[in-house]
Amino acid sequence: MNLQAVKAIYLFEMARFFRTLMQSFISPVISTSLYFVVFGTAIGSRIESVEGVSYGAFIVPGLVMLSVMTQATANASFGIYFPKFIGTIYELLSAPVSFFEIVVGYVGAAATKALFIGCVILGTAWFFVDMQIAHPGAMVAFLLMTCFSFSLLGFIIGIWAQNFEQLQLIPLLVITPLVFLGGAFYGISMLPPVWQTISMFNPVVYLISGFRWAFFDTADVPIAISLMAITFFMAACLAVIWWIFKTGYRIKS
Amino acid sequence: MTAIVSVQQLEKTYEGGFEALKKVSLDIEEGEILALLGPNGAGKTTLISTICGMVSPTGGHVKVGGYDIIDEFRETRRLIGLVPQEINLEPFERVLNTVRFSRGLFGKPRNDARIEQILRQLSLWDKKDARIMELSGGMKRRVLIAKALSHDPRVLFLDEPTAGVDVELRKDMWEIVRGLKKDGVTIILTTHYIEEAEAIADRVGVISGGEILLVKEKDALMSQMGRKELSIELQTPIDAIPPALKTYDLSLAKEGRVVIYSYDTGAERTGITQLLGDLAQAGLVLKDVSTHQSSLEDIFVGLVEDAR
Repeated sequence: MNLQAVKAIYLFEMARFFRTLMQSFISPVISTSLYFVVFGTAIGSRIESVEGVSYGAFIVPGLVMLSVMTQATANASFGIYFPKFIGTIYELLSAPVSFFEIVVGYVGAAATKALFIGCVILGTAWFFVDMQIAHPGAMVAFLLMTCFSFSLLGFIIGIWAQNFEQLQLIPLLVITPLVFLGGAFYGISMLPPVWQTISMFNPVVYLISGFRWAFFDTADVPIAISLMAITFFMAACLAVIWWIFKTGYRIKS
Repeated sequence: MTAIVSVQQLEKTYEGGFEALKKVSLDIEEGEILALLGPNGAGKTTLISTICGMVSPTGGHVKVGGYDIIDEFRETRRLIGLVPQEINLEPFERVLNTVRFSRGLFGKPRNDARIEQILRQLSLWDKKDARIMELSGGMKRRVLIAKALSHDPRVLFLDEPTAGVDVELRKDMWEIVRGLKKDGVTIILTTHYIEEAEAIADRVGVISGGEILLVKEKDALMSQMGRKELSIELQTPIDAIPPALKTYDLSLAKEGRVVIYSYDTGAERTGITQLLGDLAQAGLVLKDVSTHQSSLEDIFVGLVEDAR
């Protein structure tokens, strides 16, 4: 195991993040504050509570998940796409590093950034709403698994993308809608029965539900199923990445 | 001399069916400078990229320092530094950071003293905090070399290091390469500038159409294959070579005013003395005599054309 290389990749990626720290910090704070103003205060004041939780607090887990998922995907996909785009990938391919080490370095850095942003949002939320976290351990575990698995997904997108449009395509067309329709701002039980059934096909529902359970001890789906869902998603991403490196798909001729 | 890089029957056929390397075999000796000469699309970059790990071979084997490039890729890649043809650098990154990154990537612990030494050697120390995008083209190339040297490789591949570089900078680059050779680094460079191979290589390999046409000591190649031409200008033009001189390899040029005699500088007897005597005997009056030594370029063009 070339730990020096993992460290080098990780630190190099983190340096990019620190260069733009203010942007990385300010934009989630502003967007979260906006959500709280619009949904929490303006609309939320007309909604009494959802499953015994004030609406302002109810949307916090969904908001964190929304940002973590999009940030993890965006960071990881850009992280590996950029070297491909400017050609510096030659160095990775000619270095004594295994594909596993490359993934650990890039995905680790992307997951760290997403985690940082998740924590910033959580911190911001505390300014707007009072809330208790029912299962702190489970909350941290869910957050970490989400950061990690969506960074894996981002890595796959970054390898697959052949231009900047494709890089944006999946986050914009798939992830954002799935998160919005995955119960970030509502409980699945609030939907008509037909839509409840349809929602069960949305994998993000399980993740948000599990995360919300960690906060408020209430969930749309049993926590065990949520856990299975995220484990399955992570395993699927790992399998795809294993295949990518086995075949050198779009990185090696 | 022992071969530090040994290429055996290496083949690469790209997905579209293009055969970039056709059973290439080549031994590179430790401490030498080998110039791989070939026209565009000859397979130079594919050969280098395969040895370095960016391209998967479809047949054959390569050993570097006795290790197999696929089964023991960690060992072989630690021994190799690569300077790519394109200037592939992250524009926003600073010189020192990018070189440090390369060293870490190749598994070496951070060593700022060594990095400083490399940057100084390449006259980049003043620019260590500059962003890549602020550097001139020549400096960027030197940053690529610094990155390739950051982990102290024993073999350095330079893929067209002077493509699109002005004369001054090219000579600069040659000095750097000579300096590295002195440090004991084995250097393989690809080029299509014959002048470059002539100036710095110990051995020259000619590659064309995915095949190695020959690999020879540069000096031996020059003297063995170097033809010399003797141009004899005549007082009065002639229509044809006189029958008495048919035994010589002669041709007429400039409307019969010049007789050209080709001879081999490596041969024991050049036959010049006898030819001059026979010319006089045939009644030809000489006006002037000059010789021309064929360059590596002529040899190269001849070889590549023969191969077609």
